[in-house]
Amino acid sequence: MPTVAADSTAGVGFELTEEQEILRGEVRRFAEERIRPGLAERDRERRFPAAIVREMGEMGLLGMLVEERHGGAGFSPLSYVIAVEELARVCPSTAVTMSVSNSVCCWPIAHFGSEELKRRVLPALASGAGLGAFALTEPGSGSDAGSLQTRAERRGGEWVLDGEKAWVSNAGYATHYVVVARTDPDAGKRGISAFVVPADAPGLEVGEPEKKLGLRASRTAPLAFRECRVAAENLLGEAGQGFKIALATLDHSRLGIAAQSVGIHQRALELAVEYARDRVQFGVPIGRHQGVGFQLAEMATRLEAARLLTRHAALEESGSRAGRLASEAKLFASEAANLACYQALQIHGGNGFSEDYEISRLYRDVRVTSIYEGTSEMQRWVIARHLLLENPARPG
Amino acid sequence: MQIKLSEEQLLLRETVRRFAEEVVRPRAREIDASGEFPRDFYDRAGELGLAGVAVPEAYGGAGMDTVSYCLVIEEISRVCATSGVILSVNNSLVCDPILDFGSEDQKREFLTSLASGEKLGCFALTESDAGSDPAALRTTARRDGDDYVLDGSKIFITNGTHADLAIVFATVDREKRHKGITAFVVPCDAPGLSRGGHEYKLGVNASGTTELVFDGVRVPERFRLGGEGDGFKVAMSTLDGGRVGIAAQAVGIAQGAFDEAVTYAQQREQFGKPIASFQAIQFYLADMSTELDAGRLLTWKAAWAKDRGKRFTLEAAQAKLFTSEMAQRVTNKALQIHGGYGYTRDYDVERFFRDARITEIYEGTSEIQKMVIASAVLGD
Repeated sequence: MPTVAADSTAGVGFELTEEQEILRGEVRRFAEERIRPGLAERDRERRFPAAIVREMGEMGLLGMLVEERHGGAGFSPLSYVIAVEELARVCPSTAVTMSVSNSVCCWPIAHFGSEELKRRVLPALASGAGLGAFALTEPGSGSDAGSLQTRAERRGGEWVLDGEKAWVSNAGYATHYVVVARTDPDAGKRGISAFVVPADAPGLEVGEPEKKLGLRASRTAPLAFRECRVAAENLLGEAGQGFKIALATLDHSRLGIAAQSVGIHQRALELAVEYARDRVQFGVPIGRHQGVGFQLAEMATRLEAARLLTRHAALEESGSRAGRLASEAKLFASEAANLACYQALQIHGGNGFSEDYEISRLYRDVRVTSIYEGTSEMQRWVIARHLLLENPARPG
Repeated sequence: MQIKLSEEQLLLRETVRRFAEEVVRPRAREIDASGEFPRDFYDRAGELGLAGVAVPEAYGGAGMDTVSYCLVIEEISRVCATSGVILSVNNSLVCDPILDFGSEDQKREFLTSLASGEKLGCFALTESDAGSDPAALRTTARRDGDDYVLDGSKIFITNGTHADLAIVFATVDREKRHKGITAFVVPCDAPGLSRGGHEYKLGVNASGTTELVFDGVRVPERFRLGGEGDGFKVAMSTLDGGRVGIAAQAVGIAQGAFDEAVTYAQQREQFGKPIASFQAIQFYLADMSTELDAGRLLTWKAAWAKDRGKRFTLEAAQAKLFTSEMAQRVTNKALQIHGGYGYTRDYDVERFFRDARITEIYEGTSEIQKMVIASAVLGD
């Protein structure tokens, strides 16, 4: 058998390119220097870091997947997950603010919007002059997104939206919302459409911000649409494609949440290792006790597995297995990060239960990763659906 | 980063898969039950270049990379874990140390016949009182003129019943603990070397596991691998590579069980519909698939790291720890999905379930992997 040629275009390799390493270094430096200071206060005061978000836009982090001709940075999905991971390592709130604008606002517009819409909206979003959000979930429609009830009716050259949306990240700070609404009440999932709604559209109201367990420096609020009028040109794709657009968007955005989970997991491990080295009990650093050291080993191993699944899913983002791989990455990474934060807090003992220690915030922040962008249960459902389609039973 | 098998690797995988289905599968259940060592399988694998996948062609091997080697072990183990470990031992634990630590003469004399599959090798480190702590081994190597004389006994030696050559670890001075350990290549027909009977095991039952007894076995100095006292380093470095092979074996076992479970879940009907339509079963399959993909990536990363020529102890330990425990969970769920049928020998999942268990033990237990990883993470 011939040796695999070094210059072959195919092969298995795990090193990042020089460009990706530079990006990682820059985002890490930005996160440490600009985001880390004041982190605990913003969390306590539930304060949205508007200035930092603008700076992220100037760095190109808010239009990472937008083509350069539309004002974006034109990065690959792999570079994107690397950047999200580095932000989340320092501040999961800021990471989700950034990931939402990229993944569930810019991405569907870039993939399903008309050229005119892209030219009109994307440059502002990508530059940080604007910020994006996504409104799918409703008070009565979570995992069962197809049951949404917000209505959109065509009146002349406009669509008129009526209804309520819940759990909208970036609500109130966003300049543009991708909103999913029902345009044909008799057509089920095929009667759903997606729109780009500017924040200043008449009839759009932002409700009281949610008081969340974690991610307190990110903003989440409900939206109300009262005869909210949107130009016909703001329809994404065609009428009736909204459900498909929403599902494709979620397939993609799961990469961002997987990467956010990996960043949190990484930080939890760092904090646990540091504490286990410094804290002495029974005459030795507690990391030397197998009960602690072995937990660190498990955390480090699952972290590597989660990171590889996430990066692999990013590489395969446009392939035939993309949906399954993204859900596997999101499922595994979020569950692993939850476990890692639990173990890291446990290793901190009583100190970990105090707000003086960073791990207590991560422990709250991480909890939502196995819920939003599709719960773990929904990921398992999606994965199983793909598996059973990919592997039709052999006869006999 | 890129995860895309090359043309050569895809071709290799297809070739090995066909070989596994046509040659290995028909006998897998039978050798599991009888414990009969499948020497004919090994001979045919050797003809395909599978006895020394990553050994350069100049020494009789296939000259491929370690990811390719993982593909081979995974595909064989997907059908028969016994056959997988037979190959893994010859490749990782026998060919590799000779390639890495042997002299040019030793490579010509031993490696070529091992890598081509003409001869079968085994690795003799473990003793009754030296398992996870190999530095406690008691087999002695006493210098006598130009020879060494070996005395002692080794247990749990995979391929031991049929091996032609053994890599043997013995101490030249027990006081020196690991610094006295020295490695030798020993022909298994050397006078004074005797083998025990077949060890009947829970799983991988036909892998020729046995005891080797050394009673005044004389080996010339030129059979010593590395210098006196280098043996511990040879053993540890070899086990790093061995762990990559066992990780690939664990992935293969899990994949075999998973494939059976997916098929069975779609065929088996209860409550008037295939059990695959129940959420409980779907969620099992989703978790199994996720863990399998993670395990394969960790394994390939360790293989890639090995080929970069730098130390890959951490990557190998993580891959081995994760995949072996993953295989345990996946085979357990596959059996569960099969219900009572899975508990019988009429279904392969019962064998996969038993075979998976050893992957958490040999080539370093999960606890040893955690010691290795914890020490790396803490920077000790």
